[in-house]
Amino acid sequence: MPEILLLFLLLAGMFVILSGGAACLLVRTPGAARRLGAASVVAGSLLGILPAIAILLGGGPISAETDWAMPFGRLSIGLDALSAWFLLGILGLSAVSALYSLDYSRREHTHGRTGAREFLFSALVLSMALVVVAQNALLFLLAWEVMALTSFFLVTSESEKESVRRAGWIYLVASQAGAAFVLVLFLLMGRESGSTDFDAWIGLAGRWAHPSALFVLALVGFGAKAGFMPLHVWLPEAHPAAPSHVSALMSGVMIKTGLYGLLRVMLFLGPPDPSWAWALLALGATSGVLGVLFALAQHDLKRLLAYHSIENIGIIALGLGLGLMGIATERPLLAAAGFAGGLLHILNHAIFKGLLFLAAGAAVQSTATRDIDRLGGLLKPMPRTGFSFLVGSIAICGLPPLNGFVSEALIYYGALRGMVDGLPWPVASAVVLASLGIIGGLACACFAKAFGVVFLGSPRSAAAEPPKEAGTWMQAPMFILSGACLAIGLAAPVAVGLVAPVVEQITSTFAQPSSAVSGLEGIARSISVASFILLGLLLLLAGVRFLVLRGRPVRGAVTWDCGYAKPTPRMQYTASSFAQPLTHFFGGFLRTRAHGGRPEGLFPRPTAAFSSHTPDVCTEEAYAPLFQGALALFSRLKGFQHGRLQLYVLYVSVTLLGLLILKLR
Amino acid sequence: MVVFHAVLPFVLAPLLAGLINKTKAVFAGRRGAPLLQPYYDLGKLLGKGAVYSATTTWIFRAGPLIGLAATVAACLVAPLGGRPGPLSFEGDVILFAYVLGLSRFFTVIAALDTGSSFEGMGASREVHFSTLVEPALWLGLAALVRITGQFSLHGVFSTLSPDVWTAHAPALALVATAFGIVFLAENARIPVDDPNTHLELTMIHEVMVLDHGGPDLALIEYASALRLWILGSLVVGPLLPQSGEGWEAVSFVAALAALAVATGVVESTLPRLRLLGVPKLLVGAGVMSSLALVLALV
Repeated sequence: MPEILLLFLLLAGMFVILSGGAACLLVRTPGAARRLGAASVVAGSLLGILPAIAILLGGGPISAETDWAMPFGRLSIGLDALSAWFLLGILGLSAVSALYSLDYSRREHTHGRTGAREFLFSALVLSMALVVVAQNALLFLLAWEVMALTSFFLVTSESEKESVRRAGWIYLVASQAGAAFVLVLFLLMGRESGSTDFDAWIGLAGRWAHPSALFVLALVGFGAKAGFMPLHVWLPEAHPAAPSHVSALMSGVMIKTGLYGLLRVMLFLGPPDPSWAWALLALGATSGVLGVLFALAQHDLKRLLAYHSIENIGIIALGLGLGLMGIATERPLLAAAGFAGGLLHILNHAIFKGLLFLAAGAAVQSTATRDIDRLGGLLKPMPRTGFSFLVGSIAICGLPPLNGFVSEALIYYGALRGMVDGLPWPVASAVVLASLGIIGGLACACFAKAFGVVFLGSPRSAAAEPPKEAGTWMQAPMFILSGACLAIGLAAPVAVGLVAPVVEQITSTFAQPSSAVSGLEGIARSISVASFILLGLLLLLAGVRFLVLRGRPVRGAVTWDCGYAKPTPRMQYTASSFAQPLTHFFGGFLRTRAHGGRPEGLFPRPTAAFSSHTPDVCTEEAYAPLFQGALALFSRLKGFQHGRLQLYVLYVSVTLLGLLILKLR
Repeated sequence: MVVFHAVLPFVLAPLLAGLINKTKAVFAGRRGAPLLQPYYDLGKLLGKGAVYSATTTWIFRAGPLIGLAATVAACLVAPLGGRPGPLSFEGDVILFAYVLGLSRFFTVIAALDTGSSFEGMGASREVHFSTLVEPALWLGLAALVRITGQFSLHGVFSTLSPDVWTAHAPALALVATAFGIVFLAENARIPVDDPNTHLELTMIHEVMVLDHGGPDLALIEYASALRLWILGSLVVGPLLPQSGEGWEAVSFVAALAALAVATGVVESTLPRLRLLGVPKLLVGAGVMSSLALVLALV
């Protein structure tokens, strides 16, 4: 397709999203605002996704630029393979989340601010798209800030709740602190190159004065958005507080803009130092293992999912770290496998985490609780939501035949490849293999818990009203995303083919042979064959059992109760008891706290109770003391600020006098 | 010949369980059930109807199907003697580990589907122990990949020529020992779990399938037999140097039979560990695997 047409589609898509969102502010009726907002996001995303797909299918990069009022650069946007890859996830997930919000928002209380919320949602989508297409640092930062602020307002949608206000506050502080690092990074790069245009920066690749310092700034600034441990503390607060379609978007794609920023800056910096790869691997292993451990200890369904985002960012970092290692040591196949696995996992995580948040949102909305231990047996009243949650669970555990397996297998493959090369890379590979193995095991445990306790068994508490299946507009997005999980699992070679131009862009920037990605075709083809065989075997066995059971008695009965006369639903294993052996085993990291007293005496008083919770260690041990200290320090300045106008006038006059003396001297 | 190799595990796998039981009977001074008893059991179960708890959903019925389908897929990857599995490819170790994970995931959620506290307890223990097995498995595989420079199970085991084997004997022995513990843990054998225990409270694997009966139980039992075979081949592989001769399939099957007898001996002579002691054993296996990796690296 001609470049100008692709550019037009991209701009038209962004214009549709912006104008639709703005128009929502003017619409009075909530229903109309919801429909207008959703329709414009869906239409705009579908328009904008076309150029992204065209570029990933082999089209060349597109770009456009014009003069603007800002100094040191031009207003320029562009879409290369890297941007297109992220844009695909952002717009795809935005479209389905917008569809979902049609029914979801109808049941939420919006305090007459439906129009404003629709506008904010559109602005969030637009700003995320703008972040990945910006080709100028100022435009990037502008979009970055709009993205942080719109998502902050969406997180605090239910600002009447104390916990939501606290979550919003933590989120705001974390995102601004991260942005400060990005700002310093861009200022330094701008000073050295004399321009804020990305084009000028890529020209300096390999010739920066202190590339490692710039890399560290990028790692901290963008890592705070991505949610690397220990910069993750805002994720488990903000994601549960937000409305579910916003959580899906934030967890699925918004945190990935942090990874985009990191990758983009690495392209500017040029040939990587091996220590960068080690840093990414260490961060990845820590985030991955601790993320899933903390997820396992949670009782709040959406908080659990938020911790899994940290885990998956860890897996992605392991992949990218391996890729970087491959580049630093000039091993093309290792680089290809690491980057392909990491990048594909970025898209895969957007799909299955979006799916999980949407399904969890439906469950939470119909039961009015996020506490896993109060739920149970939801698969019967909500079969379609439950099925979708199951698909998402299998995918996120990286089990075949779904998409999570494809990307994790590529990372594993890269690590195994790295195993046979010279020292010290086998050590890095061993770290990746062992971490991925533990992460895989723990993720299975965690999602067996989440799905099993929420959707299976019997309800653990009597609901005020029986839960109802989600509306059609909520089901359709879940089915679309479930289908995408299966499609990528079955068509692994196609997925690897789509990600290939992105990998080639990265490796060719570092002057590596770009043909190495084709070395991954074999394993991708084998994975898809294996997935088809697995499905075929399943159908075959189902047929066999059907034939065997035909004409035989198939009866219903009660669950074997081991001789107990009156088992009650409360005697079922809960999420906490299910996870207890593992949380106990890893207690040194988790520091789970128990509350309540044991039953004592022959006739125990009915007040005996037990509950436990696992607060975030980083929040408690690092950030709380840090901010307390800062507060104590700054509260000494309070003496200057006490609301007496005379004193303020005195400050002003003294300052003026001082300036005057300084000038006269 | 290829077809013969592909079919062999599916025919012979239940025999391993029979061998283990026979060994235990001999140790206990009993005559014991016939060697072919597992086949009779499967036949009997397949001839029955089904009873499903009213608490359960389609997950409970899908569990045994997916469990067996995934185990069969793992079986298609596993090599037999010097022959590759029909589905063997470069990097198939990843698929091997993850289809077994899929099988376990569905066994666990099928157990949770019954709403029974005992089955929840078994499921909880299962995920605990299987998580601790992962590092032992992956570091052991990493050591084997390092030693042989191959990325498929068949490639790894067929490269272990007598020369390679003698050069790396300590590392290979450590890997085999670690995999032996993995084999006992994943197959729910003593000292991790006791397949013959009679109290629901103390079971791990058996309690998870408490509510399954009839053809579903047959599928589960058959999957267990296959798992005995394929994880057994992981233990036997590093111990058996390959020279590429045609009779290696025979020695391979004989080694598997010996492994089954050894398992019977272990079960007859060792007590079961306390539940809190099991993690130490599994972490110990992980330590052995990492030691093997260190030996393979230097």
